Amino acid sequence: MSTTGSPAVGEKIDGGRALIRSLELEGVEVIFGLPGGAILPVYDPILDSSIRHILVRHEQGAGHMAEGYAHATGKPGVAMVTSGPGATNIVTPLCDAFMDSIPMVVITGQVPYAAIGSDAFQECDITGITLSVTKHNFLVTDAEDIPRTIREAFHIATTGRPGPVLVDIPKDIVDPMNPRSAMEWYWPETVDLPGYKPTTKGHPRMVKAAAEMITQAERPVIYAGGGILKARAAEALLALAEQTGIPVVTTLMARGAFPDDHELCLGMPGMHGNYTAVTAMQEADLLIALGSRFDDRVTGKLDGFAPDAKIIHVDIDPAELGKVRKPDVPIVGDCRLVIEEVVKAIDALGGTDAQADRTPWRSTLSGYQERFPLTYQQSEGGDGLKPQFVLEQIRDNTPEDTIVASGVGQHQMWTSQYWRFNHPYTWVNSGGLGTMGFSIPAAIGAKVGRPDRMVWSIDGDGCFQMTAQELVTAAAERIPIKVAILNNAYLGMVRQWQEMFYEERYSEVYLSPDLPDYVKWAEAMGCVGFRVESPEEVLPTIEKANSINDRPVVIDFRTDSMEKVYPMVPSGKTNSEIVVDPAHGEGGH
Amino acid sequence: MATKPTGSGSHHTLSVLVENKAGVLTRIASLFSRRAYNIYSLAVAPTEDDRFSRLTVVVDVESAPLEQFTKQLFKLINVIKITELPPEVAVERELVMITVKAPAERRSEVIDVVEIFEAKVLNVGHDAITISLEGHPTKVDDFAALLEPYGITDLQRTGRIALPKLERAAGKPLRSVKAG
Repeated sequence: MSTTGSPAVGEKIDGGRALIRSLELEGVEVIFGLPGGAILPVYDPILDSSIRHILVRHEQGAGHMAEGYAHATGKPGVAMVTSGPGATNIVTPLCDAFMDSIPMVVITGQVPYAAIGSDAFQECDITGITLSVTKHNFLVTDAEDIPRTIREAFHIATTGRPGPVLVDIPKDIVDPMNPRSAMEWYWPETVDLPGYKPTTKGHPRMVKAAAEMITQAERPVIYAGGGILKARAAEALLALAEQTGIPVVTTLMARGAFPDDHELCLGMPGMHGNYTAVTAMQEADLLIALGSRFDDRVTGKLDGFAPDAKIIHVDIDPAELGKVRKPDVPIVGDCRLVIEEVVKAIDALGGTDAQADRTPWRSTLSGYQERFPLTYQQSEGGDGLKPQFVLEQIRDNTPEDTIVASGVGQHQMWTSQYWRFNHPYTWVNSGGLGTMGFSIPAAIGAKVGRPDRMVWSIDGDGCFQMTAQELVTAAAERIPIKVAILNNAYLGMVRQWQEMFYEERYSEVYLSPDLPDYVKWAEAMGCVGFRVESPEEVLPTIEKANSINDRPVVIDFRTDSMEKVYPMVPSGKTNSEIVVDPAHGEGGH
Repeated sequence: MATKPTGSGSHHTLSVLVENKAGVLTRIASLFSRRAYNIYSLAVAPTEDDRFSRLTVVVDVESAPLEQFTKQLFKLINVIKITELPPEVAVERELVMITVKAPAERRSEVIDVVEIFEAKVLNVGHDAITISLEGHPTKVDDFAALLEPYGITDLQRTGRIALPKLERAAGKPLRSVKAG
């Protein structure tokens, strides 16, 4: 609250100071941003504010940092950029946050209100552009609307199904030199949004129906999605699973929502999920979908998905219920509140003792786990460093609550498969949009939000080249993240598809292992750089990286370029056609 | 032109109360485009309370189930209430203006049609007349179809507007689409 002392209602203030003061009152600790012409007046009061500003090197970085911050803390991430190209550069993070329901508020500068529509310098209709990739957006036309709009923006971003909100602010209403910026300070205690009232409490009749269906099911699976994390429902989920003894799959967005080391945890389902998680869903008689949305990467070919399963679907977004698969018991509500009610309702039916006999089901599943574990083969010494081996080494030589941020592609799937997530909010990734380049800035944002935690970015060489410049930001701001590039010299996932589905005709996927030279590049950006080429160098280098805390570290792991992600449900196939690995062949048996 | 019958099986009428704010129509149009929904007609104007506008949307549910349509629409922050208006519980009206060829030797035939439908002649030229008709959308369909053989040169429909029928003792209860 240091901008202008304690706020007094009715105090004469300009829109720019009102904006920063509003952000302070929303509890914003950090803004990721990059100034420019239209947003310039707002950057002056930042100098006097308690809010930390992190100067990014590209606006996309600001957006992903805000997302990473939100992933790790649960608090809304805030980014601020200028009009025109500043605004368009942050469209990808907005869409990413929209797909993954990340609370984020983006402030964009805009040309003066009177100039809107005149094709002014750096003018861009960013509210028009972002209509379909934001939960809501605002074009503020008058200074006096700023506090109310900021209040509404944070309310919308953080309640219901969270999501990104963009606030576009014309220069004249924040520029103290312009009379249009003059206003009297106020702070609205409440928001007035007549069309926005998210339902949080589940319908009691539906909750009871769910409890009955759960109690009677013989082959149930809890299908936990990202909504568990958004609702801070990990403890409630654990209570439900332990009360009922029902196994849990955690989707890509829900890794960490249920501890991987728990005996009821089956791990990740989906296109690159493990055999047991995928097959458990296929063979289930009941899927309890909690904050998950039957994404195509989870269901595979829809009409062959979980053919015998009844569906209980809990989501705070009513539009998810029945969007893909019609639920037998739909419950609109906050996952934590609804799960707590379901646990009570199950208790009323007799609790743990009243559950159907699931011994055969659990023994079937543990049989699958024994027969079809994740596998890879690391040869002793020499060439052919396996990415999975690198991941296991990082996993086993870092604190258990380390936060891991990945990019998108093979390395992302391997990280999700091989890491052991035992704490919520330790996994930061781009699930829905699949944004290459997400990892570095997201890891930086996560580290800013959780400076007490070790943060590793597990990146691919393709992804790294998209957003690596933000390591300059990290070095300048002393944000000591660790980066592991699983450098296989290819756009690996595309290479894998070309090998498997395009008769090994490799088209535009080769990147070269040493162009660029990642170690020199890291050093040029103020980081420490290492290169690892053989298995025996892996552990000592990880230990060196862990010991460096005053700057970012980048390790260029030269990994086997031919390694493929398995298991795999080929696109367009049903989940019953899962391929465990080439040795097992089609069908996995 | 616009002669596919309104009120066909795949058409549903939604009455949507929205905040009367800049850009609301754009948001709705953007949603239709983003979700690949087809709309048949859309009419919008402020209500008796100038804080709100009412849209009457006729949607083609062959493109998406009505439930998804209303739920997605209801997620828009500015959308306050959505009511489905099936024909049996709604009063529906539409206005059409039609310019039809009417040379002297056929003009009286055209005027006959106008009179049968209690339409109005708005403008008369040498070879054409412009007519308006207000009525139930199916009546508008019939009118346009009967004028078609004379040669319609311009046609503008307002799109359907609708309000719930008032309850009477024998009336069916209103069906309200609660999307959240």
